[in-house]
Amino acid sequence: MTDEEWPLYEVFIRARSGLSHRHAGSVHAADDEMALNHARDTYTRRMEGVSIWVVRSDKIVASDPAETSAFFEPAEDKVYRHPTFYEIPEGVENL
Amino acid sequence: MYTQGLDQKTKTSDKPGPLEGPEQLAEFQARVDAEEKIEAKDWMPEAYRRTLVRQISQHAHSEIIGMQPEGNWLTRAPSLKRKAILLAKVQDEAGHGLYLYSAGETLGVSRDQMVADLLAGRAKYSSIFNYPTLTWADIGAIGWLVDGAAIMNQIPLCRCSYGPYARAMVRICKEESFHQRQGFEIMLELSKGTDAQKEMAQDAFNRWWWPSLMMFGPGDKDSKHSAQSMAWKIKRFSNDELRQKFVDVTVPQAQFLGLRVPDDDLHYNDETGHYDFGEIDWQEFLDVLAGNGPCNRQRMAQRTRAHEDGQWVRDAARAYAARQRAKAA
Repeated sequence: MTDEEWPLYEVFIRARSGLSHRHAGSVHAADDEMALNHARDTYTRRMEGVSIWVVRSDKIVASDPAETSAFFEPAEDKVYRHPTFYEIPEGVENL
Repeated sequence: MYTQGLDQKTKTSDKPGPLEGPEQLAEFQARVDAEEKIEAKDWMPEAYRRTLVRQISQHAHSEIIGMQPEGNWLTRAPSLKRKAILLAKVQDEAGHGLYLYSAGETLGVSRDQMVADLLAGRAKYSSIFNYPTLTWADIGAIGWLVDGAAIMNQIPLCRCSYGPYARAMVRICKEESFHQRQGFEIMLELSKGTDAQKEMAQDAFNRWWWPSLMMFGPGDKDSKHSAQSMAWKIKRFSNDELRQKFVDVTVPQAQFLGLRVPDDDLHYNDETGHYDFGEIDWQEFLDVLAGNGPCNRQRMAQRTRAHEDGQWVRDAARAYAARQRAKAA
């Protein structure tokens, strides 16, 4: 048997209903079911979650940190997307 | 904790990598100085990456080896309550090891590689786990002192410049507090017990006090990695600063327990507002690190055996997963 490492999974946990899943860390596991069990034992020993997502780390598509400024550049010069861009005269309320 | 900042056996060069221009290094330092977190895929100097791999893997190994001295008392805990608590604590240590291995893996080194380095003796773990747990009181002393020293060291690591390490430390610190309190409670119960129980508590304290002080690593004048680690904000306080803090908070706790600190030079210094304490036996520290502590060989043999005994489980799980995949295809 080759001693190849179990694949890596990223773990996302919903702390309680009403909140979104949040990245907690990673685990190694031979398959999806084991990844869920390992994630439970590793990251929720103190009731830290009501739901767990696991996904193979190599299935995640991520933006490249080296390209961060170019990648997010389109949003940079659009200050008018923010409410603070607009001047509201004194006396106008509920806006 | 458990990051005594020691060199690995294989010396790695601290020279900059080929693509590291002074501008790039200055830009990196500026990010660190601005308290920006460095994330896994960000550019970082090769020496920064190596320092973190050394520190994080050493830390992870310490958590895993640290299960042994306490595991020694699992079947002999004095009550079902204590047994359940100790089981939970030992399981936490395994969890801490896993958080840390996964933080280490973000730096491009696999967990298998880190484990192989430990088993081959290329990576170190904290000197503290090479001492034996001779009586039940040792379990109390470890929780109170060893985990107490660990917390002292780990709280500043929650603000470490490397994001994945800092986040792992936040999780660990939350859990470590239970470890320390359960240890103190064991000591408290013994200190209210019979003369024999009080004696047992004092004996454990005598044996764990000095090794706990050594956990903070060499004194500042002999700590060669410290200045660079401070500049990179991996480390926030010096070894001696943290050690002093630990002494200052722990001595009053010992007094509360009615225990005598095994140090004739220990006294409160009115001028500085700190406890002055005696010279640490650095030769003992170096001996334990060199592999000649009371339990070094036993710890490594047990870890190697556990790893080898687990081989068929890893193989079986992989074979099962392969068969399930084939069936589904």
